[in-house]
Amino acid sequence: MNTMQTVLPYVISGISVGGQYALIAIGYTMVYGILRLINFAHGDVFMVAGLLMVYLAAALPIYLAIPIVIALTVLLAFIIERVAYKPLRTAPRMSVMISAIGVSYLLQNLALYITGGLNKNYPSIPWISDQITVFGMATTRVTVITPFLTIILVVILVYLINHTKIGMAMRAVSRDFETSQLMGIKIDAVISVTFIIGSFLAAIGSLLYFSNYPGVVPTSGGMPGLKAFVAAVFGGIGSIPGAVIGAFIIGICESIIKGLDTILITGGAITEQIGLATFSDAFTFVLLIIILVFKPTGLFGEKSTDKV
Amino acid sequence: MLDKTAEKRKNIISFVCVLAFLILVLILDQVIKPTSKMFMLLTVLQKGSVYALAAVSMNLLNGFTGLFSLGHAGFMLIGAYTYAIFTIPDKARDVVYQYYDASVRFSIPEKLGNSMGPFGTVLGVVIAVLLAGLAAAIFAYLIGLPVLRLKSDYLAIATLGFAEIIRAVFQWSKLGPVTNGSNLLKSFERTSTFKGVLFGMKLKFATFVPVLIATVSITLIVLLVNSTYGRAFKAIRDDEIAAEAMGINLAKHKMISFVTSSFFAGVAGASMAMVLSIAQASNFKSAMTYEILLMVVLGGIGSISGSVIGSMLFVAASEWWLRGLDSGTFLGINAPGVFRNGFRLVVFSVIIMVVVLFFRKGIMGDRELTDVIAGWKAKSKNKKGVTDHE
Amino acid sequence: MKKIIALALTLIMIFSLCAISASAENVVKIGVFEPMSGDNGAGGKQEVLGMQYANAVCPEVEIGGETYKVELVYADNASANDKAPTAAQTLISEGVSIVLGSYGSGVSIAAGDTFLNAGVPALGVTCTNPQVTAGCDVYFRICFLDPFQGTVLANYAKNDLGATKAYCLAKQGDDYSGGLCNYFIKAFGEANCVYEQFPEGTGDYSTYITNAQNQGCDVFFAPVSTEAAAQIIAKANTQALGMPILAGDTWDSNVILEAAKGTDVKICVTTFYQEGANAEFDAAIKEWIASDATALANNGGNNELAAVTVMGYDAYFVALEALKAAGSTDPEAVLEALPALECEGITGAIAFDEIGDALRDSAFVKECNNETGLWDFVTVAKAA
Repeated sequence: MNTMQTVLPYVISGISVGGQYALIAIGYTMVYGILRLINFAHGDVFMVAGLLMVYLAAALPIYLAIPIVIALTVLLAFIIERVAYKPLRTAPRMSVMISAIGVSYLLQNLALYITGGLNKNYPSIPWISDQITVFGMATTRVTVITPFLTIILVVILVYLINHTKIGMAMRAVSRDFETSQLMGIKIDAVISVTFIIGSFLAAIGSLLYFSNYPGVVPTSGGMPGLKAFVAAVFGGIGSIPGAVIGAFIIGICESIIKGLDTILITGGAITEQIGLATFSDAFTFVLLIIILVFKPTGLFGEKSTDKV
Repeated sequence: MLDKTAEKRKNIISFVCVLAFLILVLILDQVIKPTSKMFMLLTVLQKGSVYALAAVSMNLLNGFTGLFSLGHAGFMLIGAYTYAIFTIPDKARDVVYQYYDASVRFSIPEKLGNSMGPFGTVLGVVIAVLLAGLAAAIFAYLIGLPVLRLKSDYLAIATLGFAEIIRAVFQWSKLGPVTNGSNLLKSFERTSTFKGVLFGMKLKFATFVPVLIATVSITLIVLLVNSTYGRAFKAIRDDEIAAEAMGINLAKHKMISFVTSSFFAGVAGASMAMVLSIAQASNFKSAMTYEILLMVVLGGIGSISGSVIGSMLFVAASEWWLRGLDSGTFLGINAPGVFRNGFRLVVFSVIIMVVVLFFRKGIMGDRELTDVIAGWKAKSKNKKGVTDHE
Repeated sequence: MKKIIALALTLIMIFSLCAISASAENVVKIGVFEPMSGDNGAGGKQEVLGMQYANAVCPEVEIGGETYKVELVYADNASANDKAPTAAQTLISEGVSIVLGSYGSGVSIAAGDTFLNAGVPALGVTCTNPQVTAGCDVYFRICFLDPFQGTVLANYAKNDLGATKAYCLAKQGDDYSGGLCNYFIKAFGEANCVYEQFPEGTGDYSTYITNAQNQGCDVFFAPVSTEAAAQIIAKANTQALGMPILAGDTWDSNVILEAAKGTDVKICVTTFYQEGANAEFDAAIKEWIASDATALANNGGNNELAAVTVMGYDAYFVALEALKAAGSTDPEAVLEALPALECEGITGAIAFDEIGDALRDSAFVKECNNETGLWDFVTVAKAA
């Protein structure tokens, strides 16, 4: 078996999971760009979208369930913003972050209560969960379509931000919060739209992610959420293309690390398992710390200085 | 402002109160049997004191120095493992490391106990606890070098990341001979082994030890906060640039705060291992850090007594008082449909959200219990009211 | 200040409410120390079903000439080792005479100290790791052990499936899967095994399947929780795993059957109980499960039996026998009566050795029928 054939499955599944992280990461990077808030609850919104699908698909036909799930997820993010973040707009940044952690805690505990702490099996969505063969390797269709769908959505989003009025308002708010308020931009509306877009993409991301890894537990959102945030930092916070590229890099690295023992063994570099897969999650954070220490603004971020 | 003698009297009163509390705990330890319903009180005191110490040490960093760090679980993990590894008796070592050939075969309490008797065992435990703190502090120093330059939320996410990296390293199978891989460590010196015969009486110290560790550590933190270092920390918190202009060495003071906080987090980790009687890396997830942070917020950021009260309430409510919410009957209302598994945590997180949103100062704000009591006295004397810190 | 007074009042109120406890006459409490949530939640619930059915069949017991009503007291250990000691303590504080559980070995190991400290006997139902009873004088168990089960599985893989290289997958920090893999590897030969562990909260099992394929393994040993199992089976199907999956007693569950039905994944398990061995019992318990909506939901939506349910049933009766033999509801007396206890259960004769482990020397090997979605009996395996 040649090396290419050994590595390929990991790369493909990495690209796929990277695309799913990218869809979550956009929500992080946009919110951070505007509010300077790490929205810790975003990963949990993603998990709630997964759970909603589990319960709705059991009661409704799938083509009805999908739009309702997306709508409810968007509504949830909107409510979270209005209830938990808006009252704290003038409070120190730490308070808002604590509020975000509180919301995350609440969503996880609610999910724990509703599911009884049990794993819920994600419904298989026709067509995208079907089995197909790519390059002689068996996989599901969702693996292949994720990166393309991600890129299409990102292109639309970037167009939206660069060429519409609300997009211009978003850019203005992220550049200077106070001044844009003085210029007559309705800050609250812009922030709401940001949360709506972020959660819409997270809902799509959850459809793809859980179709790929079909088990939803209350903590399902935690790790993907953190990784997506790291992707956003990696790409330069506030930069959408940056977040997407960061997400793909993290997805691919993670997948390769999970199979690194096998790759090295089949390549003849080592003779026995050395348990490198343990570091598949930790590696993301190593990447984060390297980037923060050497290039704190990320790959595409703009430099900013703190003023007195 | 209180004068010197009043200050002194205040200190003596606090000291007497703490001593009385410790004696009370010691008595409770002897009186309450494990099969009694009231044993939950001891469980709460044990766990509560662990979390109180963890919360206070986090408060030192987040509340007093203004460094928003989320790496606490990682440092507690280091503390718990260091303590556990160095106190597993030789006989139990092979059973605990059932899949690995243990490389550390050295139990400090046992070695000292063999040569010095019961006093040696106690000394050994003390040394192991200090080692736990030291190990966490050394890691903190190394981590602090790169990350303390980062600002607010970047610092938070970087420390969170380090905690996850630490967890992964401790779970790595190649380190199995030292850490037992991802499997749990047990059979080390723990609360149930803390008993002895004193003046012909069989005494148990199961609750007394963790409470004592917390008391001593928190006292040390209070002394630090009230020292010149503490004032420098607060200056950095209030305005970094102004503090630097006043001649405070930012890097040095931030590092001192970070390392001290981590030292006590390590001690709290060791204490947690004693109380749970097991240590396992998978328990020290970022969720643990979040919980400790919420305790700090509940008690009031910047208040040490607040953190203690906050964590005691948090533990008591989640382990004891609100248990009924999970098992069908609460306050005499029987509704198994609503009060089922997990409801307690939902109620709990709603309470916390209410505190976060509407009582942002928590229970104590940034005042201390002693200030509050002094305030009452002043109020009853001249009916003028306490000046509120805004 | 008002805040503090209000707080103090609330505390006193809650405190006094907690202190009140209704005590009825002649009730003996049996603690159920099982996971109802977390990774092993589904399996734990199935084990509890057996106890509840047994309790429905036999709600009273005669101890020392008096009739006692048996009350099951539950504590959820949440499949988490750090929550286990507190859950155990709640049971002890409730005044239980004996504790049953748990599904999953880690929580039992973690709580052992708490039971030992209080002197309350615990009866392991399906915790197979040797560490549960080793060094814990109050822990007994009615199931076989990992060294035995691991060896049986390894022999079966080598001799019956003709496997030469095994892929072993365990959950990180999980004493059940980790222990079983360890003994499997010892028996199968370390050089011929690839051993990997997945971290808690993993959703992506496809990589591990790719790893097994790439390393040219010909049997996939994955004695993990049923929840992970369902996903592994699904991925094995879509990725055309191409080798049989082998697992231990946890996989003897209707969850697995459901996941495997209609796929072409071959699954073999070792277990405690062969369905159909006692037709009368099978029919009765199935009827009971079907008649109760909660029980049906806890069993995963149908009334196919899981081996752990039967084990739970047996454990309940062993506990009753122990209470009878002790002639008292005092945990200490029960503890003294346990070692000498011998009784006949649905899953076979039960007696304990000097460590407190069950004397069992046989396991049933079953294979999943992908068409009917039922187990096919293969053989009875004995330790070599």
